[in-house]
Amino acid sequence: MATRRSRAAARMMMAPAVVLLLGWMLVPLTMTLWFSFRRYLPMRGGDLGWAGFDNYVRFVSSSAFWPSIQATLVIVGGVLAATVALGVLLALLLDQPIWGQGVVRVLVIAPFFVMPTVSALVWKNMFMDPVNGLFAHLWRLFGAEPLAWMSEASLPSIVLIVSWQWLPFATLILLTAIQSLDREQLEAAEMDGAGPLSRFVHIILPHLSRAVTVVILIQTIFLLSVFAEIFVTTQGSFGTRTLTYLIYQRVLESQNVGLGSAGGVYAIILANIVAIFLMRIVGKNLDA
Amino acid sequence: MGRIVLEQVAKRFGDAEVIPALDLEIEDGEFAVFVGPSGCGKSTLLRLIAGLEDVSGGRILIDGADATQMAPARRGLAMVFQSYALYPHMTVRKNIAFPLRMAGLDKAEIERRVQSAAAALNLTDYLDRRPGQLSGGQRQRVAIGRAIVREPAAFLFDEPLSNLDAALRVGMRLEISELHKRLRTTMIYVTHDQVEAMTMADKIVVLQAGRIEQAGSPLELYRAPRNRFVAGFIGSPRMNFIEGEEAGRRGAFAIGVRPEDIALSREPAPGAWEGVVGVAEHLGSDTFVHVHETGLAETITVRVSGETPCAHGDRVWLTPREDAIHRFDAQGLRIA
Amino acid sequence: MAREHSPRRKALLTVAAWTAGLLIFFPILWTILTSFKTEAQAIADPPLFLNFDWTLENYAAVQERSDYMRFLWNSIVISGASTLLGVLIAVPAAWSMAFVPSKRTKDILLWMLSTKMLPAVGVLYPIYLIFIELGLLDTRAGLTVVIMLINLPIIVWMLYTYFREIPVDILEAARMDGADLRAEILYVLAPMALPGIASTVLLNVILAWNEAFWTLNLTAANAAPLTAFIASYSSPEGLFYAKLSAASTMAIAPILILGWFSQKQLVRGLTFGAVK
Repeated sequence: MATRRSRAAARMMMAPAVVLLLGWMLVPLTMTLWFSFRRYLPMRGGDLGWAGFDNYVRFVSSSAFWPSIQATLVIVGGVLAATVALGVLLALLLDQPIWGQGVVRVLVIAPFFVMPTVSALVWKNMFMDPVNGLFAHLWRLFGAEPLAWMSEASLPSIVLIVSWQWLPFATLILLTAIQSLDREQLEAAEMDGAGPLSRFVHIILPHLSRAVTVVILIQTIFLLSVFAEIFVTTQGSFGTRTLTYLIYQRVLESQNVGLGSAGGVYAIILANIVAIFLMRIVGKNLDA
Repeated sequence: MGRIVLEQVAKRFGDAEVIPALDLEIEDGEFAVFVGPSGCGKSTLLRLIAGLEDVSGGRILIDGADATQMAPARRGLAMVFQSYALYPHMTVRKNIAFPLRMAGLDKAEIERRVQSAAAALNLTDYLDRRPGQLSGGQRQRVAIGRAIVREPAAFLFDEPLSNLDAALRVGMRLEISELHKRLRTTMIYVTHDQVEAMTMADKIVVLQAGRIEQAGSPLELYRAPRNRFVAGFIGSPRMNFIEGEEAGRRGAFAIGVRPEDIALSREPAPGAWEGVVGVAEHLGSDTFVHVHETGLAETITVRVSGETPCAHGDRVWLTPREDAIHRFDAQGLRIA
Repeated sequence: MAREHSPRRKALLTVAAWTAGLLIFFPILWTILTSFKTEAQAIADPPLFLNFDWTLENYAAVQERSDYMRFLWNSIVISGASTLLGVLIAVPAAWSMAFVPSKRTKDILLWMLSTKMLPAVGVLYPIYLIFIELGLLDTRAGLTVVIMLINLPIIVWMLYTYFREIPVDILEAARMDGADLRAEILYVLAPMALPGIASTVLLNVILAWNEAFWTLNLTAANAAPLTAFIASYSSPEGLFYAKLSAASTMAIAPILILGWFSQKQLVRGLTFGAVK
């Protein structure tokens, strides 16, 4: 509780942050909404008037739409599956008493700090190049024909790169969650005769469920807008055009702002659905 | 100087009325103790005086000036918090100097005052330590030091001893009392411990649900509690209350007898209350005998001076001192 | 609960964990190694691991690209300035939410976080247009502001959680001691929250350094930071592995080191406190 004086001060001190974020949200959002109802082609005549729901219909009915949704889902789903599964395993491993735990932790976390353009380029050229890439060498070592990763297995390649970037995040959060587990609970279960597997299934996994949910929600929000990794590798070709990339192309490459804006509105709605679930979890935590 | 007057001061949090309008005067140099069960509004009242909360109505006068709308810093009051609220990143010296630095005093003057406060509180050897390196009692003294250097109009203490262990508490209680005798500055002290209230106060203010049940000197409250709540709250062990026929015989709805005003005998005595000993607590100097099965109240506690060979199950007879019986009406108010 | 595990088990687990750790770290290690090879050695078949002639020529070559320093400088200025600006705006806001909470505090906080969830591509054109109108396109100032805004919710959030751990008593004591709001924040709150403020700064410098949507779309030659510099290797130059590696190493090294210091804060900052 506080006094009128401190409440007045609080409002003043909060104002800059609130006003800035409000502007940052409302102004572009309103413009996107406005454009999405216009025929707006900056290079071909500019604003050509009201379009009704034309852009929304055209965006969804274009031949690129469903493949882009598919590519988005494959990337988001693939990365989530890989990072959560491997993340749980890694977190369990790192939670064990081992020599050099700190160093291993540092090694595992490192990829998260690599800027997306670097990781995408390093993977694309030095690992996945069909001639000089490390994978090509490895394939040849076993007598196999090297794979042209970026064209023949484009989506799995992107999933691999992005998973590598996000695995540390998932691992770190799951590890934090595991470490918050009450050791006595595990010992009690051991006393009750539960083996390692049933301890994992009945105690550790339920304890992790909340952290897993958080990992999934936060990663989904970031993964939905994966951009640089595609921008510097395939430029959206070979079936890697995600919803984000499709919108980007509509807006900046083909300069069809109306159409792109309608796509943007779809993307915003999609992200908000995920965000609502995330906010519920965060909000509950605020009360605690 | 430090005469503090509350006129019709009230506090509401939303719809909840924490303190209905009350009046109170605290004289210059007085040691006033606000006492009451937890949630009675005593800390809120202190925070209203400090200016850390706004009043919902009424006026607060400090030395005759209306301080109701003044910022805490401008009221000339110093506060010692329950948690001590020391600045953990500053040394003891800097902690004590902080209010002086805020007041813009020059360095030499600050150092002089810090030194004299530290000397008075036995803190000279600890001036370069951080609060984290001090014991509970030392932290308490730093908090007091930070308060006295400002030479405030009045000190406000918010349950300052509740985080100390029992032995230290008695020591600090004496130190604070002595400080008051030496400085003769107004002090307002909040506690839930009636022993602290009785031993330290010039004036005790008993609060319940935000209302002042009684204000007066410790002995006034002890001898003539205005109602059953005050009677039960002041004095340890608690006063025994008896309702029904025994009370009716004395023209009251309920009567109260303090444990020390009851004589205990192991032989039947005329007019005595008969009962069975439940537990006898032997303190050495005194024995508290808890007597059951009197048919008057669930338990009647008797204080016997020195040792007494009472044991569980013994049959005893209790005789109250008639002139020490307090009488209360059906509303719980004292019958004079 | 330090329980004795058999050394055999510990050894086994150690091998497993180190294998996993090295495997994950390998792409970075490989990049660093390659940066010290000649171009020919970089594509040698079979690949050379440590048995090559170590050289610094790639670093020299990348340095010589006259513009490398400018990209680096842009990265430093943009991530530093956006974080600093963000902290300056966020400290008062976090103070308000942590110490003068009202019924709306929680809603405001959640709303701020929700702005972080807005997909950038959804507002790409409006921002682009605004930037053109205001002459901010390809300027460090423009990018600083945008990156500050996308990280502001995280900064506010992190500071809020750190501030909440500071007992309000101490701030009230400062108020009683005659401190005004400025003194209260400057002399009491900020020093006490310094570890938290430092972590917040660290994590946000990292996030700003690695931001790769707005930096790619709102810059050209002048204000482009290292993310864009590396992206320029995506075409033919990317085939010069050794130079690509040297450039990459230089782009990630500072942040990798900062990142290792901030791993604990990462969880707090990026999960918005949902995992503790």
